[in-house]
Amino acid sequence: MTSLLIINGTVLDQQGERKADVAVADGSIVAVGADLRRDPSFAEAIVLEADGCIVSPGFVDLHVHLREPGREDAETIETGSRAAALGGFTAVVAMPNTEPPQDSLPTIEFVRSQAIRAGLCEVSPAGCITLGRAGEQLAPLGELAAAGVTLFTDDGNGVQDPALMRRALEYAKPLGITLAQHCEVASLTKGAVMHEGSCCSHLGLPGWPSIAEELMVHRDIELCRLTGAAVHFLHLSTVRSVELVRAAKAAGLPVTAEATPHHFTLTDEMLRGFDAVYKVNPPLRTIDDIEAIKQGLRDGTIDAIATDHAPHPPEAKEAPLDQAPPGMLGLETALALALCELDMPLADVIAALSWKPAAIARLDARHGRPVAVGEPANLAVFDPTAEWTVIPSKLASKSRNTPYAGRTLRGKVRHTIFAGTAVVIDGVAQR
Amino acid sequence: MKHLLDIGHLGAAQIHHLLDLTDHMVEINQRPMPKVPALRGKTVVNLFFEDSTRTRTSFDTAARRLSADVMNFAVSSSSVNKGESLRDTIETITAMGVDAFVVRHASSGAPQQITKWTTASIVNAGDGWHQHPTQALLDCYTIRTRLGRTTGFDGLHIAIVGDIAHSRVARSNVQAFTALGARVTLVAPPTLLPADITGWPVAVSHHLDALIGEADVVYLLRMQRERMRDALVPSLREYTTLYGLTPARAARLQPHALVMHPGPMNRGVEMAVDPAELPGSTVLHQVTNGVAVRMAVLFELLGSGSEMTTDAVATAGTPETGTRS
Repeated sequence: MTSLLIINGTVLDQQGERKADVAVADGSIVAVGADLRRDPSFAEAIVLEADGCIVSPGFVDLHVHLREPGREDAETIETGSRAAALGGFTAVVAMPNTEPPQDSLPTIEFVRSQAIRAGLCEVSPAGCITLGRAGEQLAPLGELAAAGVTLFTDDGNGVQDPALMRRALEYAKPLGITLAQHCEVASLTKGAVMHEGSCCSHLGLPGWPSIAEELMVHRDIELCRLTGAAVHFLHLSTVRSVELVRAAKAAGLPVTAEATPHHFTLTDEMLRGFDAVYKVNPPLRTIDDIEAIKQGLRDGTIDAIATDHAPHPPEAKEAPLDQAPPGMLGLETALALALCELDMPLADVIAALSWKPAAIARLDARHGRPVAVGEPANLAVFDPTAEWTVIPSKLASKSRNTPYAGRTLRGKVRHTIFAGTAVVIDGVAQR
Repeated sequence: MKHLLDIGHLGAAQIHHLLDLTDHMVEINQRPMPKVPALRGKTVVNLFFEDSTRTRTSFDTAARRLSADVMNFAVSSSSVNKGESLRDTIETITAMGVDAFVVRHASSGAPQQITKWTTASIVNAGDGWHQHPTQALLDCYTIRTRLGRTTGFDGLHIAIVGDIAHSRVARSNVQAFTALGARVTLVAPPTLLPADITGWPVAVSHHLDALIGEADVVYLLRMQRERMRDALVPSLREYTTLYGLTPARAARLQPHALVMHPGPMNRGVEMAVDPAELPGSTVLHQVTNGVAVRMAVLFELLGSGSEMTTDAVATAGTPETGTRS
């Protein structure tokens, strides 16, 4: 395998910040230090310039929808992996709401094999908690866990039945897996299109009240207390959800949480133009919610930034708001939004994008590792000051539904190294 | 004015202007041959994705009285049922040569979305729970003429009673009535009010009896049966007891007070008296005024550009020969 030499960058990982070149060979980091170019053993290496850039562990997205199998018109594992690589991600957790859903070994194996074929990042397929995500019967958690599935969720649906959720947690505990909940009490969100508040009342659209999320967060915290099994909360969006998780962590419960860039950057006011690109589940909320999410990320209540990357083809998003599917793209804009909007130390931003989600997804043997000799070479190299404008047609995703079209952002991935290979060089995907 | 989507986009001056124009249209409608050539050569498409015979007929009549060509396009007979997208439908009809779409849609915001895909004018004929601007204009016109309020509604107290949350009529009328200076009180149980009306220029009451004797206008909204399934009210009987216009409440109305309803009425529910026996009932006036208001709107959007004065309509000449529309 060809070796790589990342020169003139600033390494930033869980062990701190230092100027160093990084050499990669055979999938691993083989040297970290000054002036590695002078070392004759790297004379043949591909040199990746990182002047002004941060060299960090690759990012890990706990929450993406790659749409394959089933909706290859919206995204494929290959196009989604390419978007991930361009966003600095070396691993993504693929949500199981595919068609068929990821509730059996053949589907899981299919997703993995497509990801290996694409070769742009690791795709870790999440399993369903219940068969068909129908909320009625447990999926084969043990069988899938034995095959290496580490995170289970019915994302898109919350598990409504408290008895079923209790049993799922009890059953999961000895398997070394994490159950992740999409918190939404369905009877409170029938037909809901957007956040229930003054904007929705004005527009005459059915509301998605914050309480529908908070009730399930609260329920699952109590079920976590009862069972001792780890619970991960997907895409938290409200003030009270953050408070509940903060209190649960203070009580020592094994809960973790993620938030999306759109929930810390956009409010429900965006829906005033009736553009379905802003429809997402859970919905965009208020400025107070945004502040709570940011604070939660700053104080560690929210562990991870996850994108909930959810591609939809243009015709689906051109439907009336109540008929359009929820979701927005996220992989290629996440880093820049975090850098622009969060007012957090850079190391904390990287933690929330890399080693903290890697630990939640139990991918931390390969991803989110320190930049040190002998570690797997999964790295992101980004320029935190580079400005760029979001142009939907230039995104690698097969879909175009970004809510940030036309926005100029700061922070751009320059190179991405996945399993020792430079899959992105100078902002261009290499395959 | 290119489109009429939302009463909130209009100011008091524009509303007054449209109501003044409506005066001329009323005059035209009273002629033996109620037809003028003002929109000859213009094509208006009634695009109704939701059934509404009365609103469609009203727009149809209005367009024909101005000599526009009218195409009616109902969802049941369209390719929408074959999976055609809203955008494709609009672009296809636009390609036939269309000056205005009159759009009724069950989804809030659909008429506004459509403006992106056509060069034609869009008239919102009711979208979801959002807006029904021509209903608001015809209601304003009805109040203006019945109560002699040509210059505005200052000092009028209007009670809008019933299912505000799911009502496009309520949302449009709150904006229109208050723009013209009226004081508006929403009267409903909390379950039938929108979740958050911060910033609405209205008062709220849960007691119709406290208001019935002092309101100048009582505007009753249609109560739909499915609201019981969603636990918004216990029963229609209880709704009538608390919020219906019963004979006892009708007896307490001020002599000049108007009783309005956008139709179709649920007799015995919100309208628990015979409106024919109410001197203040405006229900049929509202229907009549609906045609004139919609003529005014279509003329404003399509009538030879904004240079044309309102006088031009009155003299737009000679009634056409031919049968009445």
